[in-house]
Amino acid sequence: MRAVAIVVSCAGLALTVVPSFYVMTGCLSWVAHVQMMFAGMILWFVSAPFWIKKD
Amino acid sequence: MSAEETSKLAERLDALYEFDREPVTGDKLHGVWSFLGMYAGEHVAGTEFIIGPLFVVHGVTASDLFLGLIVGNLLAVLSWAFVCAPIAVKTRLTLYWHLRSICGPYLTYLYSIVNALGFCMLAGSMISVAATAVGLPFNMPMPALSDRYPNSISWVLVVFFVGAVVTTLAILGFEKISRFSKVCVPWMVLVFVAAGIAVLPQLGCTSLGDFWRVAQEKIWSGTVVPGQTKFTFWHVVFFAWFCNLAMHIGMSDITILRYAKKWQYGFTSAAGMYLGHFIAWIASGILCAAAMGSVSPGPIAYMGAGAAGAICVVIAGWTTANPTLYRSGLALQVATPNWKRWKVTLVAGIVTTSAACFPALVMKFLDFVALYGLVLMPMGGVIFADYWLFPRFGLVSNHAEKFKTLFSIPAAVAWIGSLAVVFWLPMEIFFKGLPAWFITVILYTLLSAVEQKRRREKEAVS
Repeated sequence: MRAVAIVVSCAGLALTVVPSFYVMTGCLSWVAHVQMMFAGMILWFVSAPFWIKKD
Repeated sequence: MSAEETSKLAERLDALYEFDREPVTGDKLHGVWSFLGMYAGEHVAGTEFIIGPLFVVHGVTASDLFLGLIVGNLLAVLSWAFVCAPIAVKTRLTLYWHLRSICGPYLTYLYSIVNALGFCMLAGSMISVAATAVGLPFNMPMPALSDRYPNSISWVLVVFFVGAVVTTLAILGFEKISRFSKVCVPWMVLVFVAAGIAVLPQLGCTSLGDFWRVAQEKIWSGTVVPGQTKFTFWHVVFFAWFCNLAMHIGMSDITILRYAKKWQYGFTSAAGMYLGHFIAWIASGILCAAAMGSVSPGPIAYMGAGAAGAICVVIAGWTTANPTLYRSGLALQVATPNWKRWKVTLVAGIVTTSAACFPALVMKFLDFVALYGLVLMPMGGVIFADYWLFPRFGLVSNHAEKFKTLFSIPAAVAWIGSLAVVFWLPMEIFFKGLPAWFITVILYTLLSAVEQKRRREKEAVS
């Protein structure tokens, strides 16, 4: 379960940051970029609390 | 004030901090990863959305910014590692109990009140930051760089809404929010980076190879916005070094670093400095330039990252404001006998929210941060002198504790005196911290030597 959560979190972080490089090079539209960032945010927040240590 | 009243005040003050009166025991020490996470979390906050843009409007050049941040952040890390951490791991006491043993309960109380007011202003700026994002869907007019007073009714309403939420959550307790903020940190760092990169094409940068040229010509071009002062390399160095002056040289962080296994854990502050005070400041500066000089955090984050950016601003402001407000309530509680914690936090929340209505708090944020650190820092000089210099000069350390003094006059004179001298010095506030530290250490050592000599003479006569 923890491993799955970590994989989902990493996918969320990747969706947050990777599309911006494609926007910079003109390979991706701004709208697609912000939609991916939003999806990345949801993936991060539904998975990260399961594996990030509380203290 | 009668003797009975004074002892009651001291008892109330002690009761607040009773739970961490003893030095931390060996089984409660934390590993290096805890400190890396803590510092990264603490220094990637809503304030980063303000500071980066303010460097742009103050006309910093690209080379001054990058070199200045590298040097200034390095000095900050060294201050944590060599000034704060060694005392923290040797005494393993909170700042409160350490100061109390040196200065007595009353001066410590005064320090707590000043600290609480600073916390209120800091939390207020965070509420303002969050309000700029919350107001986006309502087309709220954003405060401009030159605004000092509330610019619209909708701004005041949104600030009060955000302030009410933050205060309510602070009353309910900040521990869960503190945990939530740790979860947010890795995501927030990447939102800063992504937002900054995504707006680069608007500035004419379509590959990483173009970045330095665009940075010099379009972002940190050295052009000062009218009405602002020009910032140089030295402004950047001293601001990056002293923006957390109260925490490293001012010793606030001995409360945190007392849990470290080794003093070298002070170097973990580099995580916060180079993620928050380097990458995040650069990213928010890029956003400001792409927004044609706008410094409102909500709109510039939305421009770079859409809804995720606006949510990041709200979370960054909210997670910083909550513990800050909670701490200010804790510090103020001693001044309000028989008041419950919730009532004190509510009053602190009202003060904080009222302050947040004034955009000056955000637009003059660099000056405020410098002032806040400068006012609290001298107590760090007092602790430094008491711990390192007194044994070498044959003076008694922890004087107040050993002689049951309620108010240390040498510490009070060193604190107020050093501030009076540096405020008189004709230099900008960002540079006053360094002379203030030396003046405090010298004044406190000399005055303590006189006081202790007199005490010895009096004891010899009696």
